[in-house]
Amino acid sequence: MDAEISLTVDGVPRRLTVDTRTTLLDALRERLGNPSPKKGCDHGQCGACTVLLDGDRALSCLALAVAHDGAEITTADGLAAGGELHPVQQAFIDRDAFQCGYCTPGQICSAVGLLDEVRRGWPSSATPDLGAAPDLSHAEVAERMSGNLCRCAAYVNIVPAVQQAGGAGGSGRGTGR
Amino acid sequence: MKPFSYARPADVAEAVRTVATEPGAVFLGGGTNLVDHLKLGVARPELVVDVRRLTSRAVVDLEDGGLRIGAAVTNAELAADRRVRERYPVLAQALLSGATGQLRNMATTGGNPLQRTRCVYFQDVTTACNKREPGSGCTAVGGSTRNHAILGTPGVLPDPTAAETCIATHPSDMAVALAALDALVHVQGPAGERLVPFPELHRLPDDDPSRDTVLEHGELITAIDLPPLAAGARSAYRKVRDRASYAFALVSVAAVVPGDGEIRLALGGVAHKPWRARRAEEILRGAPLTEHAVRGAMEAELTAAQPQPGVDGGNGFKIPLVQRTVVATVRDLALEA
Repeated sequence: MDAEISLTVDGVPRRLTVDTRTTLLDALRERLGNPSPKKGCDHGQCGACTVLLDGDRALSCLALAVAHDGAEITTADGLAAGGELHPVQQAFIDRDAFQCGYCTPGQICSAVGLLDEVRRGWPSSATPDLGAAPDLSHAEVAERMSGNLCRCAAYVNIVPAVQQAGGAGGSGRGTGR
Repeated sequence: MKPFSYARPADVAEAVRTVATEPGAVFLGGGTNLVDHLKLGVARPELVVDVRRLTSRAVVDLEDGGLRIGAAVTNAELAADRRVRERYPVLAQALLSGATGQLRNMATTGGNPLQRTRCVYFQDVTTACNKREPGSGCTAVGGSTRNHAILGTPGVLPDPTAAETCIATHPSDMAVALAALDALVHVQGPAGERLVPFPELHRLPDDDPSRDTVLEHGELITAIDLPPLAAGARSAYRKVRDRASYAFALVSVAAVVPGDGEIRLALGGVAHKPWRARRAEEILRGAPLTEHAVRGAMEAELTAAQPQPGVDGGNGFKIPLVQRTVVATVRDLALEA
């Protein structure tokens, strides 16, 4: 069964006809020519397909495109406004926070969403006091990024990159703590 | 993936009517479990009825001091709600211990309790599974049982060919907390609304392992109420798993001490449903919550436990593990007092 839907992708309104079985990930990659979100596991286990869906980080592989008619989607590709890298993207370069790069667009979207959640005061299971404002400690960032796997294991540099982008300074390249 | 039709009804009544009259129809909420099952072939609906935007996405105060959570409230929003963090920490902790940031942004209050077991055989359509294909048998018995049940099962090494055999566990953390909180589930069905006490929402396999809950086809969760707790009430959730984050519970414990001499204990990862430890609760009623008393009460609770052997070493480790986890959780709560 086909359905006609509208999506705003990285600021550009798009209309397309999709089979009801099409995931948001496949619509972005195969139909709209945006290969930024990656298909890792396609089962919600790896985070490589992470995008910002109406502002919040979400897994595009577990979202049916037809169920998100009218949604606003930002991929890692759309974060660099006017050719200027997003602070999270710059931090990943500064901190050497990737190796092969396949998981990186998902890591970056997840980090952008994470920093917004921390700004809103949302706790995580690593937050020592549920009533207090969360910080960007190593434990907090590692817990909040646990939905993004990196088979190169660049985690030791990803955590400082997220801390740097969040204004927490980070604790130096490669230290991991 | 098998083709399916998609419908987005105008309201809850139309959604309920649509699913109730079409045997091959399913509700779609956040989709984090259903979409995966569509890909795996575990779910093969004719019609997917999208209800994500039909129910409330607000948490509102009730006159009695409790909270009403709309079914569309996401797991992330609920865990972040100030009132939940302050008055029902067991629920915030349970939600935050489950899944990942991305998934918690998608998963809903109505959908989370209705997620299916993560039994690997249920999710593998090439194996026999009474939950997925009634009457086909149970591959889990004698297989990899690390994540399987020790309570409410038909026995040690039950007959794998029997139609009622199922040793799956319910995977939700949130549901364990809601069972301990004695939450109330608002259910809309073709015949109207009814209220289901959360501890009675999920069922044991009994004669039909394909049914996880007491909900009839077409019934939809529209909201969940949290009853009020006294100002001095304490609660906590503790989860034990194979890695520090993003893993289902081997065992988990939701403990609520309302402050009236009672204690409410719900266990996760040990049964087909969130397991209220009623026997332990009974023994501990009015008694000082010493480590010795809690350990003894859990020993009594677990006399009925039936550890499953398995090619991976089986799941007998869950008996001491859940006992110790309860002792540690209650000890920490007592220290808070």
